[in-house]
Amino acid sequence: MSVDVRDPSAAPLEPMVNPGRVGGLLDVFRRRYLLKLLVRKELRVRYQGSVIGLAWSYVKPAVRFLMYFYIIGLILGPRSLENRPLHIFSGMIMVAFFTNALSAGTKSVVKNKSLVRKINLPREMFPVASIVVSGYHMVPMYVIMFVGCLLTGWHPDLGALLAGGMAAAIVLAWGLGVALLLSALNVFFRDMQNVIDVVQTVITWTVPMIYPFGIIADRFRETNQLVYELYLSSPLCISVLLNDRAFWLPSVHRPAQASREELPAHLFERGLVMIVLGLVFVWFAQAVFARLEGRFAEKL
Amino acid sequence: MAEAIIVESVTKSFKLANHQTIKRLAVNAAKRRPLSRTFTALEDISFKLEQGESIGLMGLNGSGKSTLLKMISGVMSPDRGQVLTRGRIAGLIEVGAGFHPELSGRENIYLNGAILGMSESEIDAKFDAIVEFSEMRQFLDSEVRHYSSGMFMRLAFAVAVHTECDIFLIDEVLAVGDQPFRRKCLARIQELRDEGRTLVFVSHSAKQVQRVCTRGIVLTKGKVAFEGTSGEAVRYLGYETEDETDEANDD
Repeated sequence: MSVDVRDPSAAPLEPMVNPGRVGGLLDVFRRRYLLKLLVRKELRVRYQGSVIGLAWSYVKPAVRFLMYFYIIGLILGPRSLENRPLHIFSGMIMVAFFTNALSAGTKSVVKNKSLVRKINLPREMFPVASIVVSGYHMVPMYVIMFVGCLLTGWHPDLGALLAGGMAAAIVLAWGLGVALLLSALNVFFRDMQNVIDVVQTVITWTVPMIYPFGIIADRFRETNQLVYELYLSSPLCISVLLNDRAFWLPSVHRPAQASREELPAHLFERGLVMIVLGLVFVWFAQAVFARLEGRFAEKL
Repeated sequence: MAEAIIVESVTKSFKLANHQTIKRLAVNAAKRRPLSRTFTALEDISFKLEQGESIGLMGLNGSGKSTLLKMISGVMSPDRGQVLTRGRIAGLIEVGAGFHPELSGRENIYLNGAILGMSESEIDAKFDAIVEFSEMRQFLDSEVRHYSSGMFMRLAFAVAVHTECDIFLIDEVLAVGDQPFRRKCLARIQELRDEGRTLVFVSHSAKQVQRVCTRGIVLTKGKVAFEGTSGEAVRYLGYETEDETDEANDD
Protein backbone atom coordinates (compact mmCIF):
# COMPACT_ATOMS: atom_id res chain seq x y z
CA MET A 1 0.00 0.00 0.00
CA SER A 2 1.53 3.29 -0.99
CA VAL A 3 1.34 5.95 1.63
CA ASP A 4 2.64 8.90 -0.29
CA VAL A 5 1.67 12.03 1.53
CA ARG A 6 0.93 14.51 -1.19
CA ASP A 7 2.50 17.89 -1.19
CA PRO A 8 0.66 19.92 -3.82
CA SER A 9 3.33 22.62 -3.82
CA ALA A 10 6.06 20.16 -4.78
CA ALA A 11 4.85 19.23 -8.24
CA PRO A 12 3.62 21.64 -10.90
CA LEU A 13 -0.16 21.78 -10.79
CA GLU A 14 -2.18 19.89 -13.33
CA PRO A 15 -4.64 22.09 -15.16
CA MET A 16 -8.30 22.02 -14.18
CA VAL A 17 -10.43 20.19 -16.69
CA ASN A 18 -14.03 19.35 -17.36
CA PRO A 19 -14.31 15.79 -16.01
CA GLY A 20 -16.93 14.90 -18.61
CA ARG A 21 -14.75 15.86 -21.57
CA VAL A 22 -14.95 13.56 -24.54
CA GLY A 23 -11.77 12.20 -26.06
CA GLY A 24 -13.55 9.92 -28.52
CA LEU A 25 -11.80 7.08 -30.28
CA LEU A 26 -8.42 8.48 -29.27
CA ASP A 27 -9.28 7.79 -25.62
CA VAL A 28 -10.04 4.19 -26.50
CA PHE A 29 -6.58 3.91 -27.97
CA ARG A 30 -5.06 5.53 -24.89
CA ARG A 31 -6.71 2.96 -22.66
CA ARG A 32 -6.02 -0.09 -24.79
CA TYR A 33 -5.23 -2.20 -21.72
CA LEU A 34 -8.88 -1.87 -20.69
CA LEU A 35 -9.91 -2.62 -24.27
CA LYS A 36 -7.78 -5.75 -24.21
CA LEU A 37 -9.38 -6.96 -20.98
CA LEU A 38 -12.91 -6.21 -22.19
CA VAL A 39 -12.25 -8.16 -25.37
CA ARG A 40 -10.72 -11.06 -23.46
CA LYS A 41 -13.72 -11.10 -21.13
CA GLU A 42 -16.11 -11.15 -24.06
CA LEU A 43 -14.25 -14.03 -25.72
CA ARG A 44 -13.98 -15.98 -22.46
CA VAL A 45 -17.60 -15.53 -21.55
CA ARG A 46 -18.90 -16.42 -24.97
CA TYR A 47 -16.94 -19.64 -25.16
CA GLN A 48 -17.66 -20.62 -21.59
CA GLY A 49 -20.46 -22.61 -20.07
CA SER A 50 -21.97 -24.67 -22.82
CA VAL A 51 -20.15 -26.89 -25.25
CA ILE A 52 -23.27 -26.85 -27.41
CA GLY A 53 -23.16 -23.05 -27.48
CA LEU A 54 -19.74 -23.09 -29.06
CA ALA A 55 -20.81 -25.76 -31.52
CA TRP A 56 -23.84 -23.74 -32.58
CA SER A 57 -21.70 -20.89 -33.77
CA TYR A 58 -20.22 -23.34 -36.30
CA VAL A 59 -23.35 -25.33 -37.08
CA LYS A 60 -25.37 -22.29 -38.13
CA PRO A 61 -22.98 -21.00 -40.80
CA ALA A 62 -22.30 -24.57 -41.96
CA VAL A 63 -26.01 -25.18 -42.57
CA ARG A 64 -26.36 -21.83 -44.29
CA PHE A 65 -23.38 -22.67 -46.47
CA LEU A 66 -24.85 -26.04 -47.48
CA MET A 67 -28.21 -24.43 -48.31
CA TYR A 68 -26.58 -21.80 -50.47
CA PHE A 69 -24.47 -24.42 -52.19
CA TYR A 70 -27.06 -27.09 -52.92
CA ILE A 71 -30.36 -25.22 -53.25
CA ILE A 72 -29.02 -22.24 -55.16
CA GLY A 73 -26.75 -24.60 -57.10
CA LEU A 74 -29.87 -26.44 -58.22
CA ILE A 75 -31.47 -23.20 -59.36
CA LEU A 76 -28.34 -21.97 -61.11
CA GLY A 77 -27.89 -25.27 -62.92
CA PRO A 78 -25.61 -24.72 -65.93
CA ARG A 79 -25.04 -21.08 -64.84
CA SER A 80 -23.06 -22.41 -61.89
CA LEU A 81 -19.45 -21.38 -61.23
CA GLU A 82 -16.19 -23.18 -61.04
CA ASN A 83 -15.15 -23.58 -57.39
CA ARG A 84 -18.47 -22.22 -56.22
CA PRO A 85 -17.93 -23.26 -52.55
CA LEU A 86 -14.93 -20.93 -52.39
CA HIS A 87 -16.95 -18.18 -54.02
CA ILE A 88 -19.73 -18.55 -51.44
CA PHE A 89 -17.32 -18.78 -48.54
CA SER A 90 -15.22 -15.74 -49.43
CA GLY A 91 -18.44 -13.73 -49.46
CA MET A 92 -19.77 -15.29 -46.27
CA ILE A 93 -16.72 -14.19 -44.30
CA MET A 94 -17.28 -10.53 -45.09
CA VAL A 95 -21.03 -10.75 -44.52
CA ALA A 96 -20.57 -12.68 -41.27
CA PHE A 97 -18.13 -10.13 -39.90
CA PHE A 98 -20.34 -7.21 -40.83
CA THR A 99 -23.59 -8.64 -39.48
CA ASN A 100 -21.81 -9.80 -36.33
CA ALA A 101 -20.37 -6.32 -35.81
CA LEU A 102 -23.76 -4.84 -36.57
CA SER A 103 -25.72 -6.82 -33.99
CA ALA A 104 -23.09 -7.01 -31.24
CA GLY A 105 -22.03 -3.41 -31.80
CA THR A 106 -25.55 -2.06 -31.63
CA LYS A 107 -26.26 -3.75 -28.31
CA SER A 108 -22.86 -2.94 -26.84
CA VAL A 109 -23.64 0.30 -24.98
CA VAL A 110 -27.03 -0.77 -23.62
CA LYS A 111 -25.59 -4.11 -22.53
CA ASN A 112 -22.99 -2.32 -20.43
CA LYS A 113 -25.40 0.16 -18.94
CA SER A 114 -24.30 -0.46 -15.37
CA LEU A 115 -20.86 0.83 -16.34
CA VAL A 116 -22.11 3.61 -18.58
CA ARG A 117 -24.37 4.99 -15.88
CA LYS A 118 -21.89 4.97 -13.06
CA ILE A 119 -18.32 5.06 -14.24
CA ASN A 120 -16.63 7.63 -16.39
CA LEU A 121 -14.79 5.85 -19.14
CA PRO A 122 -14.66 6.41 -22.88
CA ARG A 123 -17.94 4.87 -23.99
CA GLU A 124 -16.62 4.25 -27.48
CA MET A 125 -14.82 1.40 -25.73
CA PHE A 126 -17.90 -0.81 -26.00
CA PRO A 127 -18.63 -0.65 -29.73
CA VAL A 128 -14.90 -0.85 -30.44
CA ALA A 129 -14.56 -3.93 -28.22
CA SER A 130 -17.45 -5.60 -30.03
CA ILE A 131 -15.73 -4.96 -33.36
CA VAL A 132 -12.50 -6.51 -32.11
CA VAL A 133 -14.42 -9.53 -30.81
CA SER A 134 -16.13 -9.91 -34.21
CA GLY A 135 -12.68 -9.74 -35.75
CA TYR A 136 -11.50 -12.64 -33.60
CA HIS A 137 -14.43 -14.70 -34.84
CA MET A 138 -13.17 -14.25 -38.38
CA VAL A 139 -9.93 -16.08 -37.63
CA PRO A 140 -11.32 -19.66 -37.81
CA MET A 141 -13.25 -18.73 -40.96
CA TYR A 142 -10.08 -17.49 -42.65
CA VAL A 143 -8.34 -20.73 -41.63
CA ILE A 144 -11.10 -22.80 -43.23
CA MET A 145 -10.93 -20.69 -46.35
CA PHE A 146 -7.16 -21.03 -46.66
CA VAL A 147 -7.53 -24.80 -46.48
CA GLY A 148 -10.19 -24.58 -49.20
CA CYS A 149 -7.88 -22.40 -51.29
CA LEU A 150 -5.00 -24.84 -50.98
CA LEU A 151 -7.23 -27.77 -51.97
CA THR A 152 -8.46 -26.02 -55.11
CA GLY A 153 -5.05 -24.87 -56.31
CA TRP A 154 -5.04 -21.23 -55.40
CA HIS A 155 -2.27 -19.16 -57.08
CA PRO A 156 -2.31 -15.81 -55.34
CA ASP A 157 -0.87 -12.82 -57.16
CA LEU A 158 -0.11 -9.39 -55.74
CA GLY A 159 -3.59 -8.25 -56.73
CA ALA A 160 -5.11 -11.03 -54.65
CA LEU A 161 -3.29 -9.95 -51.51
CA LEU A 162 -4.21 -6.32 -52.11
CA ALA A 163 -7.85 -7.22 -52.76
CA GLY A 164 -8.04 -9.34 -49.60
CA GLY A 165 -6.63 -6.50 -47.51
CA MET A 166 -8.97 -3.96 -49.05
CA ALA A 167 -12.00 -6.21 -48.54
CA ALA A 168 -11.17 -6.51 -44.83
CA ALA A 169 -10.47 -2.76 -44.54
CA ILE A 170 -13.88 -1.91 -46.00
CA VAL A 171 -15.86 -4.09 -43.59
CA LEU A 172 -13.72 -2.95 -40.66
CA ALA A 173 -14.31 0.74 -41.35
CA TRP A 174 -18.00 0.42 -42.16
CA GLY A 175 -18.55 -2.06 -39.33
CA LEU A 176 -16.97 0.32 -36.83
CA GLY A 177 -18.99 3.25 -38.15
CA VAL A 178 -22.24 1.34 -38.00
CA ALA A 179 -21.46 0.01 -34.52
CA LEU A 180 -20.72 3.51 -33.20
CA LEU A 181 -23.79 5.05 -34.79
CA LEU A 182 -26.31 2.35 -33.92
CA SER A 183 -25.01 1.71 -30.39
CA ALA A 184 -25.64 5.39 -29.61
CA LEU A 185 -29.06 5.44 -31.28
CA ASN A 186 -30.02 2.22 -29.52
CA VAL A 187 -29.84 4.05 -26.18
CA PHE A 188 -32.65 6.32 -27.29
CA PHE A 189 -34.65 4.06 -29.58
CA ARG A 190 -34.70 0.44 -28.56
CA ASP A 191 -36.26 -0.45 -31.93
CA MET A 192 -32.76 -0.81 -33.32
CA GLN A 193 -32.84 -4.58 -32.83
CA ASN A 194 -35.59 -4.82 -35.44
CA VAL A 195 -33.78 -2.46 -37.77
CA ILE A 196 -30.78 -4.80 -37.61
CA ASP A 197 -32.88 -7.82 -38.56
CA VAL A 198 -34.16 -6.01 -41.62
CA VAL A 199 -30.68 -4.84 -42.61
CA GLN A 200 -29.31 -8.37 -42.24
CA THR A 201 -31.89 -9.79 -44.62
CA VAL A 202 -31.25 -7.03 -47.14
CA ILE A 203 -27.50 -7.60 -46.94
CA THR A 204 -27.75 -11.34 -47.49
CA TRP A 205 -29.52 -10.85 -50.81
CA THR A 206 -27.86 -7.72 -52.15
CA VAL A 207 -24.31 -9.02 -52.28
CA PRO A 208 -22.95 -11.59 -54.77
CA MET A 209 -22.48 -14.31 -52.17
CA ILE A 210 -25.31 -16.79 -52.70
CA TYR A 211 -25.39 -16.17 -56.46
CA PRO A 212 -22.55 -15.12 -58.79
CA PHE A 213 -22.10 -11.49 -59.74
CA GLY A 214 -22.32 -12.48 -63.43
CA ILE A 215 -26.10 -12.79 -63.13
CA ILE A 216 -26.42 -9.16 -62.08
CA ALA A 217 -23.93 -8.04 -64.73
CA ASP A 218 -25.69 -9.93 -67.54
CA ARG A 219 -29.02 -8.56 -66.51
CA PHE A 220 -28.27 -4.92 -65.85
CA ARG A 221 -24.80 -3.84 -67.03
CA GLU A 222 -25.92 -2.92 -70.56
CA THR A 223 -29.64 -2.33 -70.08
CA ASN A 224 -30.04 -0.57 -66.77
CA GLN A 225 -26.98 1.33 -65.62
CA LEU A 226 -28.83 2.83 -62.66
CA VAL A 227 -29.70 -0.50 -61.06
CA TYR A 228 -26.24 -1.82 -61.85
CA GLU A 229 -24.49 1.11 -60.15
CA LEU A 230 -26.95 1.05 -57.28
CA TYR A 231 -26.09 -2.58 -56.69
CA LEU A 232 -22.40 -1.70 -56.66
CA SER A 233 -22.89 1.28 -54.34
CA SER A 234 -23.05 -0.95 -51.27
CA PRO A 235 -19.72 -1.09 -49.46
CA LEU A 236 -20.39 -4.66 -48.45
CA CYS A 237 -20.98 -5.66 -52.07
CA ILE A 238 -17.59 -4.21 -53.08
CA SER A 239 -15.97 -5.92 -50.11
CA VAL A 240 -17.43 -9.29 -51.13
CA LEU A 241 -16.31 -8.78 -54.73
CA LEU A 242 -12.79 -7.90 -53.60
CA ASN A 243 -12.68 -11.01 -51.46
CA ASP A 244 -13.80 -13.04 -54.50
CA ARG A 245 -10.95 -11.42 -56.38
CA ALA A 246 -8.55 -12.41 -53.60
CA PHE A 247 -9.57 -15.99 -52.91
CA TRP A 248 -11.86 -17.30 -55.62
CA LEU A 249 -10.45 -15.83 -58.83
CA PRO A 250 -6.87 -17.13 -58.39
CA SER A 251 -8.28 -20.64 -57.98
CA VAL A 252 -10.13 -20.95 -61.30
CA HIS A 253 -8.71 -22.22 -64.58
CA ARG A 254 -9.22 -19.12 -66.74
CA PRO A 255 -8.92 -16.16 -64.39
CA ALA A 256 -8.90 -13.51 -67.13
CA GLN A 257 -12.20 -14.67 -68.55
CA ALA A 258 -13.73 -15.21 -65.10
CA SER A 259 -12.68 -11.72 -64.10
CA ARG A 260 -14.44 -10.23 -67.15
CA GLU A 261 -17.62 -12.18 -66.49
CA GLU A 262 -17.84 -12.27 -62.74
CA LEU A 263 -16.26 -9.03 -61.51
CA PRO A 264 -17.14 -5.42 -62.31
CA ALA A 265 -14.75 -3.03 -64.06
CA HIS A 266 -12.56 -0.78 -61.90
CA LEU A 267 -12.93 -3.01 -58.86
CA PHE A 268 -9.83 -1.67 -57.08
CA GLU A 269 -10.82 1.94 -57.66
CA ARG A 270 -14.27 1.19 -56.32
CA GLY A 271 -12.65 -0.46 -53.30
CA LEU A 272 -10.48 2.56 -52.63
CA VAL A 273 -13.51 4.84 -52.77
CA MET A 274 -15.34 2.61 -50.27
CA ILE A 275 -12.39 2.71 -47.86
CA VAL A 276 -12.23 6.50 -48.01
CA LEU A 277 -16.01 6.80 -47.64
CA GLY A 278 -15.81 4.32 -44.76
CA LEU A 279 -13.32 6.50 -42.92
CA VAL A 280 -15.53 9.54 -43.48
CA PHE A 281 -18.44 7.51 -42.15
CA VAL A 282 -16.46 6.55 -39.01
CA TRP A 283 -15.71 10.22 -38.44
CA PHE A 284 -19.39 11.09 -38.85
CA ALA A 285 -20.54 8.24 -36.60
CA GLN A 286 -18.04 9.29 -33.94
CA ALA A 287 -19.36 12.86 -34.11
CA VAL A 288 -22.94 11.63 -33.61
CA PHE A 289 -21.81 9.34 -30.80
CA ALA A 290 -20.05 12.23 -29.05
CA ARG A 291 -23.16 14.39 -29.41
CA LEU A 292 -25.47 11.78 -27.93
CA GLU A 293 -23.06 10.44 -25.32
CA GLY A 294 -23.72 13.28 -22.90
CA ARG A 295 -27.23 11.97 -22.34
CA PHE A 296 -26.40 8.26 -22.10
CA ALA A 297 -26.23 8.19 -18.31
CA GLU A 298 -29.68 9.71 -17.81
CA LYS A 299 -31.33 7.70 -20.59
CA LEU A 300 -30.21 4.26 -19.51
CA MET B 1 -3.42 25.58 -1.84
CA ALA B 2 -5.15 25.15 -5.16
CA GLU B 3 -8.68 24.16 -5.97
CA ALA B 4 -9.39 20.52 -6.66
CA ILE B 5 -13.05 20.88 -7.60
CA ILE B 6 -14.95 23.91 -8.83
CA VAL B 7 -18.69 23.64 -9.24
CA GLU B 8 -20.06 26.77 -10.85
CA SER B 9 -23.79 27.52 -10.99
CA VAL B 10 -24.57 24.00 -12.10
CA THR B 11 -28.11 23.26 -13.18
CA LYS B 12 -29.36 19.91 -14.35
CA SER B 13 -32.86 18.88 -15.25
CA PHE B 14 -34.24 15.64 -16.56
CA LYS B 15 -36.97 15.31 -19.09
CA LEU B 16 -39.33 12.50 -18.24
CA ALA B 17 -41.31 11.46 -21.27
CA ASN B 18 -44.88 10.44 -20.56
CA HIS B 19 -44.94 8.04 -23.47
CA GLN B 20 -43.06 4.92 -24.41
CA THR B 21 -44.71 4.19 -27.74
CA ILE B 22 -45.82 6.23 -30.71
CA LYS B 23 -49.40 5.22 -30.00
CA ARG B 24 -49.21 6.58 -26.46
CA LEU B 25 -47.54 9.73 -27.80
CA ALA B 26 -50.37 10.24 -30.27
CA VAL B 27 -53.02 9.67 -27.63
CA ASN B 28 -51.37 12.14 -25.25
CA ALA B 29 -51.00 14.70 -28.00
CA ALA B 30 -54.64 14.29 -29.04
CA LYS B 31 -55.86 14.70 -25.47
CA ARG B 32 -53.58 17.70 -25.04
CA ARG B 33 -51.82 16.14 -22.11
CA PRO B 34 -48.27 17.32 -21.52
CA LEU B 35 -45.86 15.17 -23.52
CA SER B 36 -43.13 15.30 -20.94
CA ARG B 37 -42.40 16.61 -17.49
CA THR B 38 -39.23 18.37 -16.53
CA PHE B 39 -37.66 17.57 -13.22
CA THR B 40 -34.96 19.85 -11.93
CA ALA B 41 -32.44 17.72 -10.08
CA LEU B 42 -29.91 20.49 -9.41
CA GLU B 43 -30.43 24.22 -9.47
CA ASP B 44 -27.65 26.76 -9.49
CA ILE B 45 -25.20 24.85 -7.32
CA SER B 46 -21.84 26.45 -6.66
CA PHE B 47 -18.99 25.49 -4.38
CA LYS B 48 -15.25 25.11 -4.39
CA LEU B 49 -13.09 22.50 -2.80
CA GLU B 50 -9.40 22.95 -2.09
CA GLN B 51 -6.97 20.11 -2.55
CA GLY B 52 -6.96 17.87 0.48
CA GLU B 53 -10.33 19.07 1.74
CA SER B 54 -13.12 16.66 2.51
CA ILE B 55 -16.75 17.50 2.12
CA GLY B 56 -19.92 15.64 3.00
CA LEU B 57 -22.95 15.97 0.76
CA MET B 58 -26.11 15.40 2.72
CA GLY B 59 -29.80 15.66 2.14
CA LEU B 60 -32.89 13.54 1.81
CA ASN B 61 -33.39 11.01 -0.94
CA GLY B 62 -33.93 12.76 -4.24
CA SER B 63 -32.27 15.97 -3.11
CA GLY B 64 -29.68 15.68 -5.90
CA LYS B 65 -26.64 14.35 -4.04
CA SER B 66 -25.94 11.48 -6.38
CA THR B 67 -26.59 13.59 -9.47
CA LEU B 68 -24.07 16.13 -8.22
CA LEU B 69 -21.55 13.37 -7.63
CA LYS B 70 -22.09 12.12 -11.19
CA MET B 71 -21.35 15.62 -12.48
CA ILE B 72 -18.07 15.65 -10.57
CA SER B 73 -17.11 12.19 -11.79
CA GLY B 74 -17.95 13.24 -15.34
CA VAL B 75 -20.58 10.60 -15.97
CA MET B 76 -23.15 13.34 -16.51
CA SER B 77 -22.68 16.85 -17.75
CA PRO B 78 -24.59 19.90 -16.51
CA ASP B 79 -27.21 21.70 -18.60
CA ARG B 80 -25.89 25.06 -17.44
CA GLY B 81 -22.81 26.07 -15.50
CA GLN B 82 -19.64 24.05 -15.35
CA VAL B 83 -17.68 21.58 -13.29
CA LEU B 84 -13.89 21.63 -13.26
CA THR B 85 -11.65 19.13 -11.55
CA ARG B 86 -7.93 18.73 -11.12
CA GLY B 87 -6.23 15.35 -11.21
CA ARG B 88 -7.43 11.81 -11.35
CA ILE B 89 -10.83 10.91 -10.02
CA ALA B 90 -11.79 7.60 -8.47
CA GLY B 91 -14.36 6.50 -6.04
CA LEU B 92 -16.70 4.14 -4.36
CA ILE B 93 -19.58 4.59 -6.74
CA GLU B 94 -21.47 1.49 -7.69
CA VAL B 95 -18.53 -0.71 -6.83
CA GLY B 96 -18.62 -3.97 -8.67
CA ALA B 97 -20.39 -2.56 -11.71
CA GLY B 98 -17.60 -3.91 -13.85
CA PHE B 99 -17.45 -7.33 -12.25
CA HIS B 100 -18.31 -10.30 -14.36
CA PRO B 101 -19.72 -13.41 -12.64
CA GLU B 102 -18.08 -15.85 -15.07
CA LEU B 103 -14.57 -14.58 -14.40
CA SER B 104 -12.43 -15.50 -11.41
CA GLY B 105 -11.74 -13.11 -8.57
CA ARG B 106 -8.22 -12.56 -9.87
CA GLU B 107 -9.40 -11.71 -13.39
CA ASN B 108 -12.06 -9.44 -11.97
CA ILE B 109 -9.49 -7.49 -9.97
CA TYR B 110 -7.61 -6.75 -13.18
CA LEU B 111 -10.73 -5.99 -15.20
CA ASN B 112 -12.24 -3.74 -12.57
CA GLY B 113 -8.92 -2.01 -11.94
CA ALA B 114 -8.66 -1.24 -15.64
CA ILE B 115 -12.24 0.02 -15.70
CA LEU B 116 -11.40 2.36 -12.84
CA GLY B 117 -8.49 3.70 -14.86
CA MET B 118 -5.51 1.73 -13.57
CA SER B 119 -2.77 0.52 -15.85
CA GLU B 120 -1.53 -3.05 -15.87
CA SER B 121 1.64 -2.25 -13.93
CA GLU B 122 -0.35 -0.24 -11.40
CA ILE B 123 -2.65 -3.20 -10.74
CA ASP B 124 0.33 -5.55 -10.56
CA ALA B 125 1.87 -3.30 -7.93
CA LYS B 126 -1.30 -3.06 -5.86
CA PHE B 127 -2.51 -6.61 -6.36
CA ASP B 128 -1.28 -7.94 -3.03
CA ALA B 129 -2.60 -4.96 -1.12
CA ILE B 130 -6.00 -5.42 -2.76
CA VAL B 131 -6.13 -9.12 -1.98
CA GLU B 132 -5.00 -8.55 1.59
CA PHE B 133 -7.60 -5.84 2.09
CA SER B 134 -10.38 -8.07 0.78
CA GLU B 135 -9.25 -11.02 2.97
CA MET B 136 -10.24 -13.32 0.12
CA ARG B 137 -6.97 -14.88 -0.94
CA GLN B 138 -8.25 -18.47 -0.81
CA PHE B 139 -11.17 -17.68 -3.17
CA LEU B 140 -9.13 -15.77 -5.70
CA ASP B 141 -9.24 -18.39 -8.42
CA SER B 142 -12.87 -19.38 -8.19
CA GLU B 143 -15.49 -17.68 -10.31
CA VAL B 144 -17.17 -14.66 -8.79
CA ARG B 145 -20.64 -16.15 -9.30
CA HIS B 146 -19.84 -18.60 -6.50
CA TYR B 147 -19.18 -15.71 -4.12
CA SER B 148 -21.72 -14.57 -1.56
CA SER B 149 -22.88 -11.00 -1.98
CA GLY B 150 -20.74 -9.97 0.98
CA MET B 151 -17.63 -11.54 -0.49
CA PHE B 152 -18.38 -9.88 -3.80
CA MET B 153 -18.65 -6.46 -2.18
CA ARG B 154 -15.42 -6.97 -0.30
CA LEU B 155 -13.46 -7.60 -3.43
CA ALA B 156 -15.12 -4.74 -5.28
CA PHE B 157 -14.40 -2.38 -2.40
CA ALA B 158 -10.83 -3.52 -2.13
CA VAL B 159 -10.17 -2.67 -5.78
CA ALA B 160 -11.92 0.70 -5.58
CA VAL B 161 -10.12 1.94 -2.47
CA HIS B 162 -6.75 1.13 -4.00
CA THR B 163 -7.23 3.20 -7.14
CA GLU B 164 -4.53 5.82 -7.50
CA CYS B 165 -6.30 9.17 -7.45
CA ASP B 166 -6.34 12.81 -6.42
CA ILE B 167 -10.06 13.09 -5.88
CA PHE B 168 -12.02 10.31 -4.21
CA LEU B 169 -15.82 10.16 -4.43
CA ILE B 170 -17.92 8.05 -2.10
CA ASP B 171 -21.60 7.42 -2.66
CA GLU B 172 -23.58 5.91 0.17
CA VAL B 173 -21.81 2.63 0.16
CA LEU B 174 -20.50 2.07 3.62
CA ALA B 175 -23.77 0.55 4.74
CA VAL B 176 -22.88 -2.81 3.19
CA GLY B 177 -20.70 -5.57 4.48
CA ASP B 178 -20.28 -6.69 8.05
CA GLN B 179 -19.30 -4.38 10.89
CA PRO B 180 -15.55 -5.14 10.94
CA PHE B 181 -15.22 -4.72 7.19
CA ARG B 182 -17.21 -1.51 7.28
CA ARG B 183 -14.91 -0.17 9.95
CA LYS B 184 -11.93 -1.15 7.85
CA CYS B 185 -13.33 0.72 4.84
CA LEU B 186 -13.95 3.80 6.89
CA ALA B 187 -10.40 3.61 8.24
CA ARG B 188 -9.06 3.33 4.70
CA ILE B 189 -11.09 6.36 3.64
CA GLN B 190 -9.65 8.34 6.53
CA GLU B 191 -6.23 7.17 5.44
CA LEU B 192 -6.88 8.45 1.91
CA ARG B 193 -7.89 11.78 3.40
CA ASP B 194 -4.80 11.94 5.58
CA GLU B 195 -2.65 11.28 2.52
CA GLY B 196 -3.94 14.57 1.16
CA ARG B 197 -6.57 13.42 -1.28
CA THR B 198 -9.70 15.44 -1.85
CA LEU B 199 -12.80 13.66 -0.64
CA VAL B 200 -16.47 14.03 -1.55
CA PHE B 201 -18.65 11.87 0.64
CA VAL B 202 -22.36 11.30 0.05
CA SER B 203 -24.00 9.78 3.08
CA HIS B 204 -27.02 9.71 5.30
CA SER B 205 -24.92 8.76 8.23
CA ALA B 206 -24.22 11.77 10.42
CA LYS B 207 -21.58 9.88 12.36
CA GLN B 208 -19.62 8.90 9.28
CA VAL B 209 -19.78 12.36 7.74
CA GLN B 210 -18.54 13.96 10.92
CA ARG B 211 -15.76 11.45 11.27
CA VAL B 212 -14.48 11.77 7.72
CA CYS B 213 -15.29 15.28 6.53
CA THR B 214 -14.35 18.75 7.61
CA ARG B 215 -16.98 20.52 5.55
CA GLY B 216 -20.61 19.76 4.84
CA ILE B 217 -23.21 20.77 2.31
CA VAL B 218 -26.92 20.05 2.71
CA LEU B 219 -28.99 19.83 -0.44
CA THR B 220 -32.74 20.30 -0.45
CA LYS B 221 -34.67 19.76 -3.65
CA GLY B 222 -31.61 20.38 -5.78
CA LYS B 223 -30.49 23.57 -4.06
CA VAL B 224 -27.82 24.26 -1.49
CA ALA B 225 -29.73 24.68 1.74
CA PHE B 226 -26.75 24.89 4.03
CA GLU B 227 -23.00 25.08 3.78
CA GLY B 228 -20.57 25.02 6.68
CA THR B 229 -18.54 22.63 8.76
CA SER B 230 -19.65 19.02 8.78
CA GLY B 231 -20.79 19.33 12.38
CA GLU B 232 -22.97 22.31 11.59
CA ALA B 233 -24.40 20.57 8.56
CA VAL B 234 -25.35 17.57 10.64
CA ARG B 235 -26.98 19.82 13.21
CA TYR B 236 -28.82 21.67 10.43
CA LEU B 237 -30.30 18.40 9.28
CA GLY B 238 -31.14 17.35 12.80
CA TYR B 239 -29.63 13.93 12.16
CA GLU B 240 -27.48 13.70 15.26
CA THR B 241 -30.34 12.59 17.48
CA GLU B 242 -30.80 9.41 15.46
CA ASP B 243 -27.97 7.14 16.39
CA GLU B 244 -29.12 4.25 14.26
CA THR B 245 -28.43 6.21 11.08
CA ASP B 246 -25.13 4.40 10.99
CA GLU B 247 -27.11 1.50 9.61
CA ALA B 248 -29.12 3.57 7.18
CA ASN B 249 -29.18 2.29 3.67
CA ASP B 250 -32.36 3.41 2.07
CA ASP B 251 -31.13 4.10 -1.43
